[in-house]
Amino acid sequence: MAEQSLQQRNRKTLTKLVIGVVAMFGFAFAMVPLYNVLCDITGLNGKTNSSAAAGPTALDEDRLVTVQFVASNSRGMPWEFAPETRSLKIHPGEIKQVSFYVKNPTGEHMWAQTVPSVSPGVAAQYLKKTQCFCFDKQQLDAGSDESMPMIFYLDPEIPRHVTTVTLSYTIFDITDRVEAEQSAEKKDLAAR
Amino acid sequence: MSVTTADTHHDDHHHHAPTGLKRWLFSTNHKDIGTLYLWFSFAMLLVGGLMALVIRAELMYPGMQVVDPEFFNQMTTVHGLVMVFGAIMPATVGLANWMIPLMIGAPDMALPRMNNWSFWILPFAFGILIAAVLMSAFGEGNPSAPNFGWTFYAPLSTKYGPASTDFFILSVHMMGISSIMGAINVIVTVFNLRAPGMTLMKMPLFVWTWLITAFLLVAVMPVLAGAVTMMLTDRNFGTTFFDAAGGGDPVMFQHIFWFFGHPEVYIMILPAFGIVSSIIPTFSRKPLFGYASMVYATASIALLSFVVWAHHMFTVGMPLAGTLFFMYMTMLISVPTGVKVFNWVATMWRGSLTFELPMKWSLAFVILFTCGGLSGLMLAITPVDFQYHDTYFVVAHFHYVLVSGALFTLFAAAYYWLPKWSGVMPSKLLGELHFWNSLLSVNLLFFPMHFVGLAGMPRRYADYALQFADYNWWISIGGFWFGLSQIFFLAVAVRCAMKKGEPAPANPWDAPEEDLEWTVPSPAPFHTFDTPPVVK
Ligand code: HEM
Ligand SMILES: [Cu+2]
Repeated sequence: MAEQSLQQRNRKTLTKLVIGVVAMFGFAFAMVPLYNVLCDITGLNGKTNSSAAAGPTALDEDRLVTVQFVASNSRGMPWEFAPETRSLKIHPGEIKQVSFYVKNPTGEHMWAQTVPSVSPGVAAQYLKKTQCFCFDKQQLDAGSDESMPMIFYLDPEIPRHVTTVTLSYTIFDITDRVEAEQSAEKKDLAAR
Repeated sequence: MSVTTADTHHDDHHHHAPTGLKRWLFSTNHKDIGTLYLWFSFAMLLVGGLMALVIRAELMYPGMQVVDPEFFNQMTTVHGLVMVFGAIMPATVGLANWMIPLMIGAPDMALPRMNNWSFWILPFAFGILIAAVLMSAFGEGNPSAPNFGWTFYAPLSTKYGPASTDFFILSVHMMGISSIMGAINVIVTVFNLRAPGMTLMKMPLFVWTWLITAFLLVAVMPVLAGAVTMMLTDRNFGTTFFDAAGGGDPVMFQHIFWFFGHPEVYIMILPAFGIVSSIIPTFSRKPLFGYASMVYATASIALLSFVVWAHHMFTVGMPLAGTLFFMYMTMLISVPTGVKVFNWVATMWRGSLTFELPMKWSLAFVILFTCGGLSGLMLAITPVDFQYHDTYFVVAHFHYVLVSGALFTLFAAAYYWLPKWSGVMPSKLLGELHFWNSLLSVNLLFFPMHFVGLAGMPRRYADYALQFADYNWWISIGGFWFGLSQIFFLAVAVRCAMKKGEPAPANPWDAPEEDLEWTVPSPAPFHTFDTPPVVK
């Protein structure tokens, strides 16, 4: 019957479209890992390596690149946070250590996470960190301070037009999140 | 095939059209639902317009006088959201509901119950959003309404968003569901309910542009839903999609948003292209020039719209190659757009033109939309955009394409089809007043924005440097004038709804007889094309 077949056709088209809608909803979430992979490859957004890199393979003594360090706090983060070296000149391939000063001036134990970003974006993939406080969470007791080391080098492949690289860190308060995770773990253990 | 009725439609067949409130609440009739959509969108136009007038009142003079900056931010945000999701989009859905079945010889939309749902979700969605504004405006000490701009960038909307942001998220979800349902309905209708002989390449362009718009909606509204879902979990459930402290990235929000956002601007303009492509041939007494090229141009615009999104974020620090890619792709989009403008002009070339109201609005559209396209091209030049980004130049650009573009064609459509909808001719006198006042005021309102933008006035601030003062005074005058001009349209629409005016014949504009909508009487009866017409 013509009428029934119309209903069936409608239903078929509808089903396909609903699948399309659900797939696109999923695609929005798929953009998250996709974006991260793209950033890793291209250095988009100045993302640097988030785990220790191996050492340099060559040294380029012909040129010097200025590396600047910037530290800033996210809104509401009470810690003092500043680079101990503001700027230095290095040869690509040369390993350097710098450090950042942090202090927790509050009366409570706190957790923090620092997040690096490099500008210009193209330089991000050439700035290699062999050791960095940003790979881990930081904790400080009330009123205590610390000097946090960071060891890095510039990959000699870094494009010649890049003469200045700025590495900036933002520090975030993650006390709430860490404590929530810890109490969840404790509950888990108790349940076992 | 002897009878083709939309499936759930047997009970109220011809005998009794339901009356009163029930008629509207439970309606599954495409004409009634179309009418609901159109009235709703006009109401939202007035609400959003009032917010724009608050903005212009504040900006009329330098310094702070009318509202505080916090409320000003709520006004820019909610004005944008209401206009985009409440005025323009529902108006085009309303037109689709009314016109697509009439244009393809179908008795109704294919999924009438869903049609009812997709409309009735909207008042609730906007009720929630507007309630947030009212509570913040009149409730001492209440949290602010959404205040982060219609683009709701993270972390403004996540970490720093006011408590009402969660209402905003719910509201956007509802709007999204509504438009997805509307879009699905259009696609199913066009695919399955065309009258015999109505091949795809015989469909009026309005149906084509809406079909392509519907595919865009199905593709990107779920992405918007994904973005607000991530916001919701970031705000309330400890995820860190957009929070750098937890390994997320706020710039990724912009990528996801604009992946939706750029196709969204074409969702607002493609139906407009379809409308003028119907109107210009009628008043030129010539068939549309280059029908097939219009269809292909629309399809290429839609496809290209997926690969240009980052032109909204040239300044975030993309690699050079990426910037170049998005710049060239953006410029490429103006080629099919140019094809369309060329075709409209070629349609008029040597036609016997007459200038009734729908044609006036359409001509104003062609010229002013082209202005907006040109400023768009300027913005597409990356190094130039570094200077223009987030200035009033951008505001001028998108108001030229959206107000004198999309909104003007919606008025054109209303004047063109009101005789069919209501059975009476819209008042000529009021219509002329509406047109000329709108045309002059819209330019006074938006043209000087180019100048202050180029001179560096940033958008989204409640105050500005003294050097911008004179221009802003004129812009505000243009704003109030444009706002008041819309009262003429309210009068036109109410008169038609009350059946006041000259009775309209079936084909008042002498439209080409292939256009099926003019073959039914005016006003179009409750049920049309129960027996499908045969298209040769
Ligand atoms: C020739 C075609 C077009 C080109 C080349 C173009 C280009 C651009 C560019 C480069 C921007 C970003 C400016 C900036 O933020 O710095 C922009 C913004 C915008 N465009 Fe267009 N555009 C075109 C057509 C359209 C159309 C047809 C519409 C809508 C109907 C539209 C709506 C918008 C909107 C709403 C924004 C601003 C969004 C916001 O930041 O709030 N554009 N356009
Ligand atoms: Cu765009």
